[in-house]
Amino acid sequence: MLGAVFASITAGLAGTYIVSRRMVFLSGGITHASFGGIGIGYYAGFNPVIGAAIFGIISALGVEYLSVRHKIREDSAIGILWAFGMAIGIIFIYMTPGYSPNLMSYLFGSILTVTYADIIALGIMSLLLISYFSIFYRTILYISYDEAFARTYSPYVNTFKYITTALIALTIVLNIRMAGVILVLSLLTIPPNIAMIFTRVYSRIIIWSVVAGFAGTAAGYVISYYAGIPVGATIIFTLVLIWLIVKGIFRIVMMRGKRQKP
Amino acid sequence: MLYLFEMNSVSVSYGTGFALRDVSFRVSESDFIGVIGPNGGGKTTLLKVILGLIKPVSGKIIFSNDLASGNSIGYLPQISTGDITYPVTVTDVILSGMMIRKKIISRMSKKDKKRAAEVIDELGLSALAHSSLNELSGGQLQRVFLGRAIIGNPQLLLLDEPGNFVDSNFENDFYEKLRDLNRRMAILMVSHDIGMISSYVKSYACVNMGLHYHPSSEITNEQLLAYGCPVQLITHGEVPHTVLKIHS
Repeated sequence: MLGAVFASITAGLAGTYIVSRRMVFLSGGITHASFGGIGIGYYAGFNPVIGAAIFGIISALGVEYLSVRHKIREDSAIGILWAFGMAIGIIFIYMTPGYSPNLMSYLFGSILTVTYADIIALGIMSLLLISYFSIFYRTILYISYDEAFARTYSPYVNTFKYITTALIALTIVLNIRMAGVILVLSLLTIPPNIAMIFTRVYSRIIIWSVVAGFAGTAAGYVISYYAGIPVGATIIFTLVLIWLIVKGIFRIVMMRGKRQKP
Repeated sequence: MLYLFEMNSVSVSYGTGFALRDVSFRVSESDFIGVIGPNGGGKTTLLKVILGLIKPVSGKIIFSNDLASGNSIGYLPQISTGDITYPVTVTDVILSGMMIRKKIISRMSKKDKKRAAEVIDELGLSALAHSSLNELSGGQLQRVFLGRAIIGNPQLLLLDEPGNFVDSNFENDFYEKLRDLNRRMAILMVSHDIGMISSYVKSYACVNMGLHYHPSSEITNEQLLAYGCPVQLITHGEVPHTVLKIHS
């Protein structure tokens, strides 16, 4: 349960950033590229999460660097990275002798097999992200809102972009343990979208994303436990359901409001 | 009269050929200069050099002490580079203009927020202070970006084609506002809408790789043609018009 709290905090903060900066596709690339690190981790016999973190951060910074330099079209770079990471992961896992790892737990996640160390790592990540975002709140907000304008007053725009992107990559990788390579992206993108239905203020989006993320994760966890279905998928399903319900309620409220006006 | 900055034979190149060549000119405290010239003539480049976004390949810019230390330049970019669907409020965008004084640490004090409220009020945006950008019209957006440029009380305001997305209803208001601001700060305004700005600016700088400065605000068709770019003025005889000297 503590894992769910930390997952919601990290995913809410990172998610708000990637959704508002339209980096969802990049995040998908990071996620899948990090699978290469998982494969190598298995093969070489070290913790796959560390491999994934290295792969995730390198690929995230690589794409950010290429897009800053305009060397290659960003979406193409992401597309290549996406498949390349998966390919490496599959090759190395296939080559790992004897031991056949539980691939499914990395692809689809399994909150139930999350270790104590995973939770501590997520806890540290939560603290790190909370302090980073609260100290540099406006700096991050303004750079991601209008990068070109930010360059007119700050020489540190690229530095901040790289730091934030690296933190996002790390967040994604740590959350892979919870939701899996395939589903982690929705853990980051759905909660901010739920929040953005009723608020457009950045700080409120973060707070409501964390709340929505936790509600979805907790409900998904309980439902999956009683129904005996996979946790990751149940969480995502619950989140989408919340999104639909909030959207529906909001629409009804809006229509009522309009009708009462004249 | 005090000079805010002085350019000494500044040249800028983007690799192939010059964007600006051997430009020398000065801007003083109460100037309101219209920067005109053909597309690709280097008008935006001129602003970017002043902002320090582009380093000249030769020549230099000398800023007055105030301008150099306070970084007190307000900037309104050509068509906003920001994402207008980004979840950010009018107040937040205007506050971002304070960042020129803050660099890294980004806390906004009560004083900053009070100043933002003043600017919002001054620009007639009070009712929209907490709206997000996608709810605004073009003219309102333009005023928000003007607010962002002036919140820091700059001594120099750089405007890049501010007329581009102002609805014509707001256009006069907008230029009137600029005239008002000119009492407090120098303004350098890039525009292709010579007809519109001629009744507001005090002088002209014609930029087409080189820069010709016209101290008075007088201009005619012939002189514009003489400076080597196809500029057309559609005038009726009754319309008051202005005449500039021929470039020497």
